[in-house]
Amino acid sequence: MFQNNILTLNNISKSFSGIKVLEDVSLQIEKGKVHALMGENGAGKSTLMKILVGLLQADAGEILLEGEVISGLSVHAILGKGIAMIHQEILMVPDLSVAQNIFLGKESHRFSWLNASEINHKSKQILADLKLNISPKIKVKNLSIADRQMVEIAKAISNKAKVIIMDEPTSALSEIEVVILFGIIESLKNQGVAIIYISHKMDEIFKISDTITVLRDGKLITTKKAEELDNQSLINLMVGREISELFPVTKIEVGKTLISVKNLGRKNVFSDVNFEVKAGEVLGLAGLVGAGRSEIARAIAGLDKIDAGTITIDSEETQFKSPLDAIRLGIGFVTEDRKALGFIPQMTIKENFSLASLEEFSKMGFVNTKEEIKSTQIVYNNLKVKASGLSQKVINLSGGNQQKVVIGKVLMSNPKIIIFDEPTRGIDVGAKFEIYKLINTLKAKGLAIILISSEMPEILGLCDRILVLSRGKQMAILSKSEASQEKIMQYAIH
Amino acid sequence: MPFINALRQYGIFLAFLLICCFLSYASSQFLTISNWTIIITQVSINALLAFGVTFVIITGGIDLSIGSIVAVAGVVAALLATQPDLPLIVSILGGLLAGLVFGLLNGLIITKSKIAPFIVTLGIMTVGRGLALILSKGRPISNLSDSFNFIGGGDIFGIPFPIIVLVIVFIISYLLLKNTVFGRYVYAIGGNEQAAWASGINVNKIKMAVYALCGTLAGLAGILLTSRITTGQPNAGAGFELDAIAAAIIGGTSTSGGIGTISGTLIGALLIGVINNGLDLLNVSSYYQQVIMGAIIIGAVLLDSWNQKKMAS
Repeated sequence: MFQNNILTLNNISKSFSGIKVLEDVSLQIEKGKVHALMGENGAGKSTLMKILVGLLQADAGEILLEGEVISGLSVHAILGKGIAMIHQEILMVPDLSVAQNIFLGKESHRFSWLNASEINHKSKQILADLKLNISPKIKVKNLSIADRQMVEIAKAISNKAKVIIMDEPTSALSEIEVVILFGIIESLKNQGVAIIYISHKMDEIFKISDTITVLRDGKLITTKKAEELDNQSLINLMVGREISELFPVTKIEVGKTLISVKNLGRKNVFSDVNFEVKAGEVLGLAGLVGAGRSEIARAIAGLDKIDAGTITIDSEETQFKSPLDAIRLGIGFVTEDRKALGFIPQMTIKENFSLASLEEFSKMGFVNTKEEIKSTQIVYNNLKVKASGLSQKVINLSGGNQQKVVIGKVLMSNPKIIIFDEPTRGIDVGAKFEIYKLINTLKAKGLAIILISSEMPEILGLCDRILVLSRGKQMAILSKSEASQEKIMQYAIH
Repeated sequence: MPFINALRQYGIFLAFLLICCFLSYASSQFLTISNWTIIITQVSINALLAFGVTFVIITGGIDLSIGSIVAVAGVVAALLATQPDLPLIVSILGGLLAGLVFGLLNGLIITKSKIAPFIVTLGIMTVGRGLALILSKGRPISNLSDSFNFIGGGDIFGIPFPIIVLVIVFIISYLLLKNTVFGRYVYAIGGNEQAAWASGINVNKIKMAVYALCGTLAGLAGILLTSRITTGQPNAGAGFELDAIAAAIIGGTSTSGGIGTISGTLIGALLIGVINNGLDLLNVSSYYQQVIMGAIIIGAVLLDSWNQKKMAS
């Protein structure tokens, strides 16, 4: 055993309803190092981390922190021992202030009054150390997703954590914020904190990690020093196969205009947005966090009201009062916020699939279960959902498989136009590739697609035209041939 | 996961059977047809209310006004039933309509104002009670027609009429929740209202329908009660909402929404009825009965959360 090991996981195994999600996984985490955990969707990374922090109990195996067994302890006790997790889906109390969230659960005395000025003061200090310009008094619900992420990190630091787990910490961050985060990680390393880092962004992994562990289908494949691996070899280890071409090029004859948007505006959010998308075409929306991309998507999908402009579907001008109106006119929306807007956790995969198209499977108000199973089974197979079957509850699925459920639900409502908002966020390489293929297939079928992505290669690889936004304003529409990473950036930071 | 679901219901069903076994051992009168006829007749009103409130709780709401709606609908039906020249159907429809109107009122305020259902139905509970007192001028309404009194007191081939009503309403509610698009949407709204809305479900319409259904069933319960006691009582039904909510929760309905079944609620209502009946047979004072009932409600919820944890891991 190395002298520097702070955390040891021995032979961890775990099953969910008979499906093995972790099998005999052992890990050694060193002090002051960044240990990247890589693997496809459903490889078991999130489950392993949930076991580590006590959110789940392992079926077998033990966990030692500085030689002391901590497996079996409660979430609160493990946090007290110095293991903190920054979650993929941010867990904070929206109605409490930043300071109250940072100090939540560790008020100095259990029965004492919370000293507001003291926690505000301490929070200010912590935030300043992180070079964050966030007021400790502001309510968390008024913060952007990126700022919330930063507050989560501040919370972990205030816990004097010895081990910090970061699960996709950059998925909601802009490039500048990523630089700040990496600076924070560097200083945490110098203080001897061990960091377990989960991400699907290759460049990040090679930039900051010292050690890389690859999981596949719940098994540990390898643990190596970062310098022993490169992009390609890492991808191969993760998927267990070669991905020859990440972005297959499909040449398609474009058809008639399916959607056109004129002078679209929403007060203080975006204004004067103009574009059209033809059948068999993919339009990308590019821009930094806060540029208004998701907001435009929400407006077109009927989730938000518009204040100005028109949306024309199939040469007919329309007014959406609700998502239902948009779905009826053939608009499908794959949301970026799948947990809040995408699925019903306690319902089965089947029930989620058919949620937006249930009336097609019904006679006189009664659900025709046979028809429903038949149709949902086809979608289940086509999307290669990894689960025990149609009747598994969505709450028990990995993030990537939940995403497939959301996509399946949208596909079942037979849309002509699909908006994909960050469809590959928090998803591994293998599943990403499947989504790329799917987008190309839908395009070939003559659908009009609007793609929002913060990952430049996706935008450049999949889109026929790219609309660049900056602070709610449309800056340019670039064709595939004239678009480049630099050019998009140039417009986006305008 | 039909097996786990079966297990969840099975747990409360097992408890129900165990209590029945114990009571038939402890009292020779318990396991007789006449005693069970009494139990089910007494349970029928609470079960009707509990079916309605099950729908409401599954959407993530609550309805505290049903006890008062029982009184208003009972008073309305009684007033109509004292008019000799009006046919029976008028007083029945009058009672049901009173329930429907109150249900719609709950639904309307909840969906339009976005005030919490707890607050809205608490207010309507008081409004309803007041209205029942106004309509009856604060006095019991007696001298109801014989045909009206048949509803709660009569029988068909020896089966008390309330039991027949219970069976019919059970079958309709069961099918409605389990096999219809409406039922599916009820679960979806309770599971994740935002996602249900974004998936094209008309959330407000479904919620209105759910509160209207709950109110109408409370109206029906009010008619049954009035007929059984052969008087329209403005003070009837006080506290009934709590028994109904208890039956739903004992039957496995989750107060955080998205989970629950009509058959579970029926078992919950029967369990409450059997325990009350058994404790009566054993001459346990009604003061103790309340203590025992409260403990059972908490025990059922504990059982449920224990099951949920098992399911999650």
